[in-house]
Parts: sequence; C-alpha cells; structure tokens
Amino acid sequence: MAAVRDNVFPTRMNLTMTKTRLKGAQTGHSLLKRKSEALTTRFRVIVRKIEDAKLKMGKVMQNASFSLAEVAYITGDISYQVRESAKHATFKVSAKQENVSGVLLPAFEKDTQQAAGGQFELTGLGRGGQQIQKARAVYMKAVEMLVELASLQTAFVILDEVIKLTNRRVNAIEYVIIPRIENTISYINSELDEQDREEFYRLKKIQGKKKERAANAQRELDEIAKPTINDGSLHPDFAGDFTSAESSSAGVRDILAEQVDEDIIF
Amino acid sequence: MAQAAHRDRTLIAAIGDEDTVTGLLLAGIGDIDAHQRANFLVVDGKTSQEDIEETFTSFTQRKDVAIVLINQHIADDIRGILDEYSAAFPTVLEIPSKDHPYDPSKDSVLKRVQLLLGD
Repeated sequence: MAAVRDNVFPTRMNLTMTKTRLKGAQTGHSLLKRKSEALTTRFRVIVRKIEDAKLKMGKVMQNASFSLAEVAYITGDISYQVRESAKHATFKVSAKQENVSGVLLPAFEKDTQQAAGGQFELTGLGRGGQQIQKARAVYMKAVEMLVELASLQTAFVILDEVIKLTNRRVNAIEYVIIPRIENTISYINSELDEQDREEFYRLKKIQGKKKERAANAQRELDEIAKPTINDGSLHPDFAGDFTSAESSSAGVRDILAEQVDEDIIF
Repeated sequence: MAQAAHRDRTLIAAIGDEDTVTGLLLAGIGDIDAHQRANFLVVDGKTSQEDIEETFTSFTQRKDVAIVLINQHIADDIRGILDEYSAAFPTVLEIPSKDHPYDPSKDSVLKRVQLLLGD
C-alpha cells in the first residue's frame, strides 16, 4: 500500500499542485468528519425517541383496543359497516422536510381533511353512537402517534444510510486518498532532490574540467616561456610572474590576431 | 425530485386483524382508489400467507402510500420479506394487536436499533 502514488511527472509545479490537493483533502476530511459527528448525534436522539415511542405505542394501542371492545359490547359488530363505508381517506399524512447538515429528513404530519365526525356520523345511530365516537377519537390519537413514530423511523432509516455513506467517505479519504497524496509528495521531493544532486555533481564536474583545461593551458604556456627564462638572468619567481602576465597579454593578442574565420565574407 | 417522490405519499395502509383494521378505519385512514384497490387488508384465519405477502408487496410498491401499518403477529408470518425491506418509503410500522401484546425484540427496526447501540 505504501508505494501507491499518483502517476505524475516530478516537477515543482506538480509538487505545488499536489500540496494544494493534500490541503483540500485534509479540509474535506475534517468537514466530513464533523458532518458525520453531527449526524450521529442526531441519530442517537432519534434512536432513543424511537425506543420510547415504540414502548409507548404498545400501551396506546391497548387502550384503543379496549375502547373498540366497549363499542362491540354495546353496539355489536360494526366492522363490516365501517369497512364498507370506507371510501376516501380522511386521515392522511403530508410529508415535510427537515434539513440536518445537508440531509433531507422527511417528517410526516397528519392531515385530516374533513371536519371531525363527518364520516361515521350515522354509524351506531341506534345505540352506542357515543362509544363509537369515543373509540374513533382514541384511534385517531393512536394513529397520530403512529404517524409520528413512522416519521422517526423513516428518519432513522435515511440517517443510517447517510451516516454509513459519510463514514465510508471519511475513511476513504483518511486511509486511501491522503496517504496516496503524501506518497506522491514524497516521491516528487525525492525526485527533485535527486535532480538537484545530479545538477550539482554535473556543475562540479564541469568546473573541474574547466580547471583542468586552464591548468593544462597554463602548463603549455609555461613550457613555452621556460627557455626564455633560462636565457635571461632573472629570478625564477619573478620571471614566472612576469611571463604569466606576458603570456596572458600575448594570449589575448594572439586570439585577436588569429581570429581568422573561414566563413567570413569580408 | 426526492421531494416530489414523497410529496404524493399521503395514505396510510394497514394489514391487520379485524379489530385493528376496524379501529384504524374508524380513525379515517381507509381509502379505495379508482381501481377499487383498498389500502387495507383484514387478515383472519382463512387468509393465506401468499395473500399477505402479495398485499404487503403491492402496498410497498404503491406510489401514494406513506406508511404501512402491520400487526406484529402478521409481520412474524412474513418476517423474511420484512427484514429484507429496507427502503425509506413507505415506512413499515409494526403495531401490536389486541390478542398479541407488543414484543419489542421481534421488531425489525428495533432489532437494527439494538444492533447499532451495540447491545
């Protein structure tokens, strides 16, 4: 894994670009991490609410069943009547949305359409009408609670998914993308260092060659100048200085004189 | 897009025993659409499991259903389908019935809750 890196050309520009990418990845990582934390906090609240609501639901539904049992006791079986009179829902829900750090959570709300008591007004007209209306009210309360619970549960499912997704992204950035960019940076750095060393070595080599060449030229000049020194009665040290000065000026003059270019037209 | 998808979901569907469904209908959730499809199913001793499964699947595939209420003892019969069902819409809610008190340990969602809380 350690050797995985982007396939880039090791140049200074790419180094700068990769460093920018690293910074971007780190910012993204911290942002996503914060998002995941915010969602998790929310998630825990919802989970707790769901647990409470589910347990409460048991009691509420039991109450509702009792009230229906009362109806059955007084009126007799009304289920057929109720079932046959069901045509259009009066108890509907409408979905609202809530935004939690970029995640849209739906929230159901009850949406009763007709005035209360519109539909089953005549049910149990003979007897037990009051009980029926009571049971109806109890059941409406119960359904309201169920709707609430349903929206919590939907939020739970959606949040669960989003948290998983976010955590996957966080981990991907932390364990794949950032190491890869760091590897790329170190690769570019080492390549650049290598190039620097090569460059330095080459410069030194060139310098050495130049020095060598200069020394050779000096030696040749010295050898040419030597006989004259021997002829004259000058001190060797002084003579050396003198000849070197002489030879350099002579050299300059020579170059000027020998500057005969074959290609020259005039 | 997602907004429009669940904006139309307004109905509450129910699968349950006679008393539960009667109560819910009394509250006014009952609806019969233009194709004579009801949004509720009364399950008694004669209802076959295939019917329950079919109805549950058709409820979850309907575009106008926001919540599916199902009695827990019926949910137990189709537990396999229920555990597999993981979509956000419509929400499936297990409710207790008169004869069968609510058992939190069987609930598909609560099972996931417990799992996530690490119990």
